[in-house]
Amino acid sequence: MAIWLTKDSKVIVQGMTGSEGSKHTRRMLAAGTNVVGGVNPRKAGQTVDFDGTELPVFASVADAMAETGADVTVIFVPPQFTKAAVVEAIDAAIGLAVVITEGVPVHDTASFWAYNVAQGERTRIVGPNCPGIASPGASNAGIIPADITGSGRIGLVSKSGTLTYQMMYELRDIGFSTCVGIGGDPIIGTTHIDALAAFEADPETDAIVMIGEIGGDAEERAAEFIKANVTKPVVGYIAGFTAPPGKTMGHAGAIISGSAGTAEAKQAALEAVGVKVGKTPTETAKLMREIMSGN
Amino acid sequence: MDLYEYQGRDLFERHGLPVLAGGVATTPEEARAIAERLGGRVVVKAQVKVGGRGKAGGVKLAEGPDEAVARATDILGMDIKGHTVHKVMITVTADVAEEYYFSYLLDRANRTFLCIASVAGGMDIEQVAAETPDKVVKAPIDAVKGVDEAKAREIVTAAGFPAEVADQVVEIAVGLWQAFVAEDATLVEVNPLAKNGDGRMLLLDAKISLDENAAFRHPDHEALVDQAAVDPLEQAAKAKDLNYVKLDGEVGIIGNGAGLVMSTLDVVAYAGERHGNVKPANFLDIGGGASAAVMANGLEIVLSDPAVKSVFVNVFGGITACDEVANGIIQALALLEQRGEQVTKPLVVRLDGNNAEAGRAILDSANNPLVQRVDTMDGAAERAAELAAAGV
Repeated sequence: MAIWLTKDSKVIVQGMTGSEGSKHTRRMLAAGTNVVGGVNPRKAGQTVDFDGTELPVFASVADAMAETGADVTVIFVPPQFTKAAVVEAIDAAIGLAVVITEGVPVHDTASFWAYNVAQGERTRIVGPNCPGIASPGASNAGIIPADITGSGRIGLVSKSGTLTYQMMYELRDIGFSTCVGIGGDPIIGTTHIDALAAFEADPETDAIVMIGEIGGDAEERAAEFIKANVTKPVVGYIAGFTAPPGKTMGHAGAIISGSAGTAEAKQAALEAVGVKVGKTPTETAKLMREIMSGN
Repeated sequence: MDLYEYQGRDLFERHGLPVLAGGVATTPEEARAIAERLGGRVVVKAQVKVGGRGKAGGVKLAEGPDEAVARATDILGMDIKGHTVHKVMITVTADVAEEYYFSYLLDRANRTFLCIASVAGGMDIEQVAAETPDKVVKAPIDAVKGVDEAKAREIVTAAGFPAEVADQVVEIAVGLWQAFVAEDATLVEVNPLAKNGDGRMLLLDAKISLDENAAFRHPDHEALVDQAAVDPLEQAAKAKDLNYVKLDGEVGIIGNGAGLVMSTLDVVAYAGERHGNVKPANFLDIGGGASAAVMANGLEIVLSDPAVKSVFVNVFGGITACDEVANGIIQALALLEQRGEQVTKPLVVRLDGNNAEAGRAILDSANNPLVQRVDTMDGAAERAAELAAAGV
C-alpha cells in the first residue's frame, strides 16, 4: 500500500494536449502509471499517441470518469484556467486532484478551496504549485522523477520539489512508500498534517520525513499534530534559515499565526515535540537512516 | 508587492472609497502645485514602506503652498530607518474625532481570508490585540460568498462600532472587500479608519499588498513597481527572466528549484562559520531546464556582483539531466569569454541525480582551471566557502 496513489489508481490529465501536459503524460506512462485519458473540450473525441499508447481525449472530467473509471486527475493547465479546471474536477467529485500549475493567484486557490469545502470535500486537492505524488514502483501523478528511488517504507511530505528529489536520492537505498509534494503556495489543498495522518495510518510506512520552509505556520501546527497523533518516528528539515524576511508577509499577518514564520520558530516547534531536525538535507537523511537501521 | 501609501490612496479613490483629496510629489515644486490645487492647509507625508514616519519627522503640516514647499524640501531625501524618502504625499487635512481599524488579509492557516476590525484604531493593532484582545474582532471570510451587506453588518456589530457610524462602516466594509477582490490583494489595511469632525468616515492610511501571481489580469499593476527601489542586479536578472535575490555575502549561488536553493544558502552559511564567516551573496533559481543560455545569464548576473568571491553551482538533476547542465556550465563560461567578460572567480560545481556520472565526466574532461567538482552538497558548500574566504 501507499497513501492516496496506488497501482490501481486510474489517472487522467487535464491539459494533456499542452506542452507540459503531454511531456509529463509520457513520463508518467513510462513510470508505469495507469494514465487512462486526458481532458480538453476543444479536442474531445480525438486520441493522442504516447510512444504506442493511444489515450482518448474527453470533453470534461465527468465524461472521462464515466468512460474510464478515473479516480485521479493531474492538472497542467495554465494559471489563468486553473481555477476553472479544479472546479470542474470538484464538480465531478473525483477523489484526488493534483494541481501542478505554478503561479495561480491566491484568490483563485482560496476560491476553489472554499468551493471544495462547500461541496463536502469529496475531492482531495494536492497543490497548487507542487511536483505531485509518487508511490515508487506503483504510480506517479505529477512531475516527480520516477527513477530516483524504488519502493520502501519511508513516507515523505515536502513543500519543495527539488528538496523532495534530493531527499529521495539521499535515501534511495531504503526507498519510499509515497512521496507527497504539497507545494509552496500560501494556500494549499493538502497540508503536512493531512499527509502525516495518512502516513500514520498506512501499514506500509514505518517512518516519515517532513520538509518545510519559511512562511506561515504550517510546520508549527504539524508539530502540534505530531505530538497528539503520530506514533511513528518523524524527522524534519526546514529550509530558509538565511533567507531575507519575505516581502509578501503583511504586517497584520503575524496576529493570526502568533508566530513570525521563521525557520528558527519551526525548528524549535518540531524539536519541542521530539522530532529530530537535520541542519542540512544530508544530515536529515542520516537521522532517518539511523531510525530505519534501528528497526 | 507592497504599495506605497499614495498608491493605496489612489487605489481606494478609484474604487469609490472615501479618502482625502491629495497627490504625490517628487520635488518641492510639484508639492507646491498640489498644495495650490488643494488649497488651504495641507499635510506633507514621507512615502516609505516602513512604520514610524511621524516620530521620525516625516509627517508635517503646512499652511499653504509656500510652507508645503518648505516641508517637502525638509522631508525629501530624509532617511527613515534606512529608507530614503524619494516621494511625499500631499493631502488636505482631516479633523479626526475618532480612530478605528479595519483590514482584510490572507489567512494561510485557515485557507481563507480574514477580516480584522477594531474600534481601537490609530495604534499598532498587534499591541491592541495583545493588551486588549476583546477590542479586536477577527472574522473569517468565505472566499466564495465574500462580504455582502449582511456579513459587513455582522462584523461591524461584533466589533462594537458606534451606532452613528455603523451604516457608513458597513458601506466601507463592502466596498473595501470589492476592492480587495478586484485588485487581487492579499492585504488591505486601513489604520486609522477615521471619523471626521463632520461625522464623515475617511480611510486615512492604506497598507496594501498585491498578489504578483495575479499580474496576468492586472496589466496596470506593473506601473506600481518602484523601479528606483529595485536592486540593479535584481532588475537585470528580472529582465532575463531569472529568479534572483541579492543578499549581503561573498559566495554566489546558482541552483535549480526554490527549496534546494534556499537550502543551499543555509548550508553555505553554516560552512561559512568555519571560513571567515562568509555568507551567501544571492538567491538564484534557474528552474528546471538549465540550458547553456540560462546558465550563462545566471553566471553573468552572479559574477557581476563585485562582492562575489566564489560561486557554488548546486544542481540536482530531477527532470533535467546533469550532462546537459555540465555542458551548460562549460558553454556558459565560453560564452562569457566571447562576450568579453573575464571570468576569474572559482566555480564549485555539485551535480547529483539524473546522469550525474556523465555530467561529472564532462566537467573533468573540460579541465577548466576555474571549475572545481565536489560531489556532495555539504562538501561543495564547504569548498565554496573556503575559496570565498581565501579570495576576500
